Formats: sequence, structure tokens, C-alpha cells
Amino acid sequence: MSTVPTELRYAKSHEWLKLAGDGTATVGITDYAQNSLGDITYVQVPKVGTVLTAGQVFGVVESVKAASDLYAPVAGEVIEVNPTLDSAPETVNSAPYEGGWMMKVKLADPASAEALLDAAAYEKAIA
Amino acid sequence: MSELKRTPLRDFHAAHGARLVDFAGWEMPVQYRSILEEHKAVRKTAGLFDVSHMGEVDVKGPDALRYLNHVVTNDVSKLFPGRVLYSPMCYPNGGVVDDLLVYMRAPEDYFLCINAGNIDKDVAWLLEQAKGFEITVTNRSIDYALIAIQGPTAVGIVQSLTGAKLDRIGYYHFAEGTVAGVQCIISRTGYTGEDGFELYHAAGDAVALTEAVVAAGAAHGIELTGLGARDSLRLEAGYPLYGHEITADISPLTAGLGWTVKLDKEGGFIGRDSLLAEKQNGAANKVVFFKTGDRRIVRADTPVLGTDGAVVGKVLSGTLSPILNEAIGSALVTTAAAAGALSVDIRGTLLQLHLVKPPFVTLKKPST
Repeated sequence: MSTVPTELRYAKSHEWLKLAGDGTATVGITDYAQNSLGDITYVQVPKVGTVLTAGQVFGVVESVKAASDLYAPVAGEVIEVNPTLDSAPETVNSAPYEGGWMMKVKLADPASAEALLDAAAYEKAIA
Repeated sequence: MSELKRTPLRDFHAAHGARLVDFAGWEMPVQYRSILEEHKAVRKTAGLFDVSHMGEVDVKGPDALRYLNHVVTNDVSKLFPGRVLYSPMCYPNGGVVDDLLVYMRAPEDYFLCINAGNIDKDVAWLLEQAKGFEITVTNRSIDYALIAIQGPTAVGIVQSLTGAKLDRIGYYHFAEGTVAGVQCIISRTGYTGEDGFELYHAAGDAVALTEAVVAAGAAHGIELTGLGARDSLRLEAGYPLYGHEITADISPLTAGLGWTVKLDKEGGFIGRDSLLAEKQNGAANKVVFFKTGDRRIVRADTPVLGTDGAVVGKVLSGTLSPILNEAIGSALVTTAAAAGALSVDIRGTLLQLHLVKPPFVTLKKPST
């Protein structure tokens, strides 16, 4: 059973987004996604300052099995990336909602997160 | 899609949390917990693999030795009862039908272990070549289950379950005896580069034997290990996998397995003329092993680029070495290009291939 925290928002492409309340948000991939990928061996994140549109590829997550694109759940500017994933990509497996976060973005439109799925809708999507 | 075949341990795997996938038409555990962790367990303690999907064939009769020496490239006349031989089996053009293990149980009584995906093809090929030889070829694949216990603590685990004196069974040797009360061919072989045993036994005994091994191994760090770890372990050890490093189009000489091709053995063998010509004229291509110093996996079929950026070959196998923490793999490249710089383009990043003579890591298997 995959964990789907209720306080997060979700994209159908299996990224989660956590609003900080100051117009920024943290982005990662869901427990369901990490479990489907299996052992994660490499995570490629964007450079700080990159301006992303919603749905744009922002990086790649690679497992023993396959390499998959990561999609920006909202439009915004990358303000921070997780520095630990370079040497410890397996953190995405062990803590997808905590230590395995991928980037922080300043939302282009703070209301845009509303368009994402809530936990109940995402749970339905992966059922 | 036709129904997947199941080993006698399929429900055991499911009950132990395995991720079951289609492997060569078989429903097999690719992993239980983590491919990387299972891989490391085999290098550090021990792993238990279900490889019951592999095929077994009996070859018996007065002409068994002459017949086997005709169909495989290595020299079966070197065997004695209790000895195992690795060999490719080739087509007349030098391409590989399969690679296999030949067990000599007694004069006129041999036993072959063949790849799961090749069972039908191999048996048909073996029967076709049998004309004129006084032998019988019998496909025994459904009768046998096969588990492999591999790793530094594997021998001790198996020893705790058998009266057979395992220190008397050398690498690539075998004995017949009971393990946990189950009649087995106790074979000191494996596909991981570690010491350990492969136990052939009646399919109906598989669950009892496996449970006994898991129980005995608990104090020795045994882990259930899937086909994912089996593949990364064999690549790290530099062992070929049929369909990757050796195929109907990649001869044993091209694959660097010249030591298994005995061109001068008595009576010749299928593929000898082609392989002799390849040896004399030099092969157009060669299989190389590489590492990259980078964690990005270089996957099978990725084009390999030569000094000037032109495509000079392709990747055959690729994974992340959990021990080296970098990408490792094998590639088929033109012999001319193999001497120069090689690289691959991974999502826009050019990575140099550093050629390595395998194994990639120091192996603890005994010498033969």
C-alpha cells in the first residue's frame, strides 16, 4: 500500500507538491512512484534559477529498471535543489516525502496548486 | 498472451514479498526488497536464488562423450565423474545456440543445464544433431527444481544441512547426496562470482529444501535474492548472458570466450571451421567491458561512439555496480574502434567508456 499524505497536492504524473504558505513549494515524487521504479540510482535535478512551465520536464529519475522524466506540477522558478540526492539517490526510495524531495520552486501563480489533485483524488488515480 | 510458467517456489516468493515479473515466459522474482541490497548481501553474506526455470537435459548412451564433444565447443573428454564443464554450443557459422554446463555423472551418463529461454530450441537442436549417435537426449526440465546459495557464508549454510563433505567438492565439481533430507546434485558452481552451491533436486521437494536453507541461513545473513541481483552480480563478475554477450550472431571468440573453444580437440565439432577462420582472420567485432565513473546507467542498445563521434557499436548489458557505485556494462564494438576512445551519449551528456578486463570487483570464488 502506498502512502499518500493528506496535506500534499499531487500531479497525475506522480509528483507531489507541498505549499510552504509563502508562495513557494517543495516538489518530489510519490511513494507509489518510487515503489514502481524500484531502486533509484540517479536523480537529475534542474539548476537553481531555471524557470519551468507546468508540465515541463524538470529532471530525470533513474532506477536499475528504467529512466523516467520528471514533470513540473506547476509553473515557477527553481529556488533550491536537494544537494543530497547526487550522492544518496536512494533517499527517494526510503523517504520520498521527506529527505527525498527534489526541488523548491517559487510559484508563478500561487493559486495554480489548486488545479492539482488532492490526496483522495490521487489515491483514486493509483488504485 | 500465453500463461506464464511457474516454478514450484512461485507461491513461496509471493509469500515473501517478491516482485514477480515475466522472465523468458516464467513468472519469476526480480526482487524481494531491493536489487542493490540483495546484490550487496551476496557479496557480503549469502543470497538464495530460485533458478528452477533453467533447463535440464539427460544425455546417456555409449556415444554420449563423442556426441557431446561434437555439439559443444569445449572439450568434454576432460571430464570425469563429479566434474562440471562450462561450454558454448554453436551453429555451423560459429554463432551461439546456447551456453551450458555439462555434468559427467558416470561414463555414458551426462547431464546438461541450459538457459530457460532456450529450452525448446536447445532440445530440438540436440535431437537434430543426435542422428548417427547411439544416445538418448531427454528433456528433464520440469522434473527438476534448482536453487543457488551464493556468497561468503553459503558453503557453511549448506554444510550445516548435509553429511556430504563439502570441502572435498572443488569449484566446478559436484557430488550427489542429501541436503536437509532432499536428494540433490550438489554443484559447486554459480553465476555470481562468489563461492557457493547450486542444488538440483526434484521439483516436489523445492519448498521443503528452500525453507530449510532459509532457516539454516538466518544466522549467517542469508537473504532471498531475485533475478535483478543475479543479473548485476553476473555482469560485475564479467560472465556472459545468452542474448546479450553471446547470441546467434556473437560467437564465443568475439565474446572473449576463446578459452572455451578447443579448436584442436579430437573429432572436431559444430562451428569449428567458422571459429577457426575467425581466429585466423581476426574477428570484425569484439565484446568489451566498461565502466564510466558516473552513476547514470548505460543501458542495452545504447549506441557506442568512436573517436570521431561515429557509431562503432552498441551496448549489450548495462547496470549500476552496487559495489563500485558506478555504471558498468558490456558492448559490442568494431575491433578497430576498440583500441581508441569510446563514449556514449546519455541524455545529452557524453560519457567516456573506460575499458576493464573483468571481473569488475575482486571475486571470492575458489579456483577450479
